[in-house]
Amino acid sequence: METIIESLPMLWEGLKMTLYIFAVAIVLGFLIGLVMALLRLSPLKILNWIAKIFVDAIRGTPFIVQLFFIYFGLNSFSWVSLDKEWAGIVTVAINAGAYFAEIIRAGIQSIDKGQTEAARSLGLTQSQNMRHIVLPQAFRRMLPTITNQAIISLKDTSLLSIIGVADLTQRGRVIVSATFEPFTIYLALGVMYFVIIYLLSLLSGYLERRFVLR
Amino acid sequence: MSMIQVNNLKKSFGDLEVIKDMSTAVEPSEVVCVIGPSGSGKSTFLRCLNRLEEISGGHVYIDGVDITDPKNNINQIRQNVGMVFQHFNLFPHMTVLDNLTLAPVKTGKLKPEAAEKKALVLLDKVGLAAKAKAYPGELSGGQKQRVAIARALAMDPKVMLFDEPTSALDPEVVGDVLGVMKDLAKEGMTMIVVTHEMGFAAEVADRVLFIDGGYIVEENVPKELFGNPQHERTKAFLSKVL
Ligand SMILES: Nc1ncnc2c1ncn2[C@@H]1O[C@H](COP(=O)(O)OP(=O)(O)O)[C@@H](O)[C@H]1O
Ligand SMILES: [Mg+2]
Repeated sequence: METIIESLPMLWEGLKMTLYIFAVAIVLGFLIGLVMALLRLSPLKILNWIAKIFVDAIRGTPFIVQLFFIYFGLNSFSWVSLDKEWAGIVTVAINAGAYFAEIIRAGIQSIDKGQTEAARSLGLTQSQNMRHIVLPQAFRRMLPTITNQAIISLKDTSLLSIIGVADLTQRGRVIVSATFEPFTIYLALGVMYFVIIYLLSLLSGYLERRFVLR
Repeated sequence: MSMIQVNNLKKSFGDLEVIKDMSTAVEPSEVVCVIGPSGSGKSTFLRCLNRLEEISGGHVYIDGVDITDPKNNINQIRQNVGMVFQHFNLFPHMTVLDNLTLAPVKTGKLKPEAAEKKALVLLDKVGLAAKAKAYPGELSGGQKQRVAIARALAMDPKVMLFDEPTSALDPEVVGDVLGVMKDLAKEGMTMIVVTHEMGFAAEVADRVLFIDGGYIVEENVPKELFGNPQHERTKAFLSKVL
């Protein structure tokens, strides 16, 4: 117990880092996913291809390999200089982006064609139709799957400790090596991750009820 | 000048030639009903008139503007052509009022306050002023279709296209929707109505087109077309539906 209380300030620092990386990466990841989904659905073959190659490449490789590729691989070029945190953020964002792309694409495709036809017949442009009609409905429908991916991405951030990002997991490892109390410390870490994830699903549930499709 | 001019219209889906050659013209304030067997291309014909389907050949002019000419802005043209669908296609995530104001506001036709005022007038006209704040999911089919008509009218179209507007409705509410359409016809709206309601066609239409096999087989005033059809196919079709 004492160990935990003593290590709380350090764990708190780690928690802040984890939440910071998660928040930035998930927003970037979502934007990447949105752009890739729209490329995937665009009438231009070349754009479909670019998006498909991106999505397949990310989904077909392990997260750790992506992380090493970005942190060690890209950083081996003299004109790239990504610090640990940004390498981590970029990896989580790109990884989540690929999965978001598929979620968003499926969400867009699940909206009845009649909605687009009605919007276009009123004289709205394709982008107005997307913004005001298709995407708002698609997002409501996608919320559970989006939350699911966000939770996976949050858990993925713990892998960033491997390259030394001072996140919650990394702080825990440091404390364990100083106190030799792995059971207590890792249990505390587990509880902390669990609470964040629980709060995330509460938020998602709230949003789902708030924006329920009538 | 005709409000709608269709010259040698052709439309294929891949190898399937749905519209082989159709020409007709609709005058301002004219009400034209389109009848024909299921799958004969009635919906396709209608959807070619606002380019929801890309035309394979021929020309369509709306109020003198060639809608297939890439120089003409299709979004601009569509603002003049209201469409009402069999399955309403209301926007379920918006209130009835927002369904009506979205397009006028987003296309820059009206300021939000003006659009709202107009929407309330239109809802009153279709008998649904009390439903302005409701969501489409809270309405009955007949109410939905009347909202859909009001939504199309909110853009002040020159022409209204109806694709089987009552086919998805319970029989007891069909009359409400047809009533709104009759009022519209009386006010001088130019209308093309694909329908199975022969009574409506007989009463309201200035002209009826019978479509089959990719052609307009026969067109005439309702009294003649229903009472004295000239073609075998028209006779066969009418004997089944009348
Ligand atoms: N988007 C499409 N792709 C392929 N075939 C289509 C498409 N839309 C309609 N068709 C075909 O065109 C024919 C005419 O359809 P439609 O215009 O809906 O007929 P109607 O409205 O008279 O029942 C049908 O054989 C239908 O299967
Ligand atoms: Mg049809």
